[in-house]
Amino acid sequence: MKKVLMGNFAASHGVRLARAQVVSAYPITPQTHVVEELSAMVARKEIDARFIKVESEHSAMACCIGASIMGARAFTATSSQGLLLMHELLHWAAAGRLPIVMVAVNRAIAPGWNIWNEQTDTLSQRDTGWIQLYCSSNQEILDTVIQAFKLAEAVKIPVMVIYDAFILSHTYEPVDIPDHEMIDTFLPPPDLPDALSPDRAQAFGSVTGPDFHMEFRMKFHQAYEGVRDTFNRIDREYGSLLGRDYGVIESYRCEDAEVIMVAAGSLAGPTRMVVDGLREKGVKAGRIKLKLFRPFPAEELLTALRPAKKILVLDRNLSVGTGGIFAHEIRAVMKGDTRPVWGFVAGLGGRDIVPELIESMFFDAIGADAPVSGTIFKGARL
Amino acid sequence: MIERTYSIEEEREFLFPGHLACQGCGATIAMRYVLKALGKKTVVVIPACCWSIIAGLFPSSCLDVPLIHTAFETAASTATGVRAALDAQGKEGVNVLAWAGDGGTFDIGFQALSGAAERNENILYCCYDNEAYMNTGIQRSSATPIGAWTTTTQKGALEDRPKKDIISIMAAHGIPYVATANVAFPEDLYRKAKKAAGIKGMKFMHILSPCPTGWRIPSSESIEVARLATLTGVFPLYEIENGKKVTITYKPPQKSPVAGYLESQGRFRLMSDDEKRLIQRNVDAFWKTLMKKAKEK
Repeated sequence: MKKVLMGNFAASHGVRLARAQVVSAYPITPQTHVVEELSAMVARKEIDARFIKVESEHSAMACCIGASIMGARAFTATSSQGLLLMHELLHWAAAGRLPIVMVAVNRAIAPGWNIWNEQTDTLSQRDTGWIQLYCSSNQEILDTVIQAFKLAEAVKIPVMVIYDAFILSHTYEPVDIPDHEMIDTFLPPPDLPDALSPDRAQAFGSVTGPDFHMEFRMKFHQAYEGVRDTFNRIDREYGSLLGRDYGVIESYRCEDAEVIMVAAGSLAGPTRMVVDGLREKGVKAGRIKLKLFRPFPAEELLTALRPAKKILVLDRNLSVGTGGIFAHEIRAVMKGDTRPVWGFVAGLGGRDIVPELIESMFFDAIGADAPVSGTIFKGARL
Repeated sequence: MIERTYSIEEEREFLFPGHLACQGCGATIAMRYVLKALGKKTVVVIPACCWSIIAGLFPSSCLDVPLIHTAFETAASTATGVRAALDAQGKEGVNVLAWAGDGGTFDIGFQALSGAAERNENILYCCYDNEAYMNTGIQRSSATPIGAWTTTTQKGALEDRPKKDIISIMAAHGIPYVATANVAFPEDLYRKAKKAAGIKGMKFMHILSPCPTGWRIPSSESIEVARLATLTGVFPLYEIENGKKVTITYKPPQKSPVAGYLESQGRFRLMSDDEKRLIQRNVDAFWKTLMKKAKEK
């Protein structure tokens, strides 16, 4: 069934179709609609979930942790400050190998107060061990939420489904809502034999000294290496059922491209449009949309980047002192590769990234042999 | 003395020997009796506290019930999630026990505790109170009493604020059951835990648990000192139902002077006689108010 939905409601429908059993959340703009709609769905008995209206994001995540340890399918949603408040427990959930799914709507971090779009909030959680999937349309949000539960439960690692504030969260787009029966086939009830049971005296999270701690972390890291393959398998299975799959990256007109731009989230749309425009002007441009960020899809990315002579990275985020986080990660996996990488930072705190600005980034790179500096701010007043 | 209406000895043990508590630890005795009362179908949630260690190092556990270790400030919120999962899975007849120290209850875990109480979550939250951060080496908490020495309230700057009245605060949430208990009065403690287990909704128990290391007492005197806390009226035993009905569950035959309790512990050795008289006045006033609330004479 097709419906016109805002991104946040698309997320709620994904959670409903996934039959989450425990939803625990705290309001924060621009995420609030996700849980408002879920609470309405619970009231209308469209989803059989326990909805817990906690007193903070920290408790929201703690509640998901408690539920997930007991083997229930748990969900929460947050943004920005709320995500940062959860930080301690993000580590707890991930290292506890708990298949929790969270929607994180990208919003800038204070001070000063800013509710608009920026990706620094989720990207600064990159070392917590959560899988991160960035979406670029409302359809993709719904599909990814459903896939995320299957992925989380398959690899025993929590998943963050991420999308941009307002540009997606509050924007209405036509979305196909799959049949519940079809999703039930794709995603059966959770089967987590390692979950704690009231009938078995087992302990979760006991003190582990130097003689065990390292092995736990090493095994977690090793499990991470299988995430891409599992994601691809799940994505293909979803595609064969519903006719939509996404891949860990999406490359557009890259096969013969001399300049390739890498971007994530809602920037996938305008960058694609700019590439088309440049192609008409005879510029061999391409773009890669990064969907999976953790684990980092280095192999797929490097393969897609192979034709490029120049690489551009568009970051709507900032690691102060380092620059754009995507650029930093891409440079890290390029190792001995000497091709120039332009690291553009734009659109912080919700400033518009218009097609002309993106186009000017391409022309900056075309007109020079190397970037003027490691981090180039675009669209900022000097 | 308390009339013995329950035979604690008949119940089985859920706390095995080989735990890692110090000798004379009140927190261990408290857990033993509470689990006896709750029985096998109990999921225990423990945030950072002495009990994070007492329970044993991976892969061992000294408890014969499922146990979840969780972050310092999350006993009540994690327990909330455990209960939600059990409800979602249709698993009935299971007790969810959040088990935290005074730091995790009075201080860092207070927000989550208040949230769970306000939502009337169906859990039993027990605070075993040894009146300071004992696991990190005796630092004051908001449960530390006036005049106590700790490593952060030392000579010349002893604790100068009264202990937070956690029972009144919890009772003000209007939850079904709030009670104090003391490891030196096991029948009373056991009866209260049993009663709490039979009530749906949020239950809060505040259990005085002596810490020989932090209280500066010989480990053989834990129970004796804890008993004095109640006999002197420093730690009265009572319960409050639905935020209203106050019942004193044990009335000392005659209240002995608080000086006896204070002088039994090294942590109060630096108190002046004036301060001891102040404590006596505070205790007398609190007792009088409590009697009035309980409509006793």
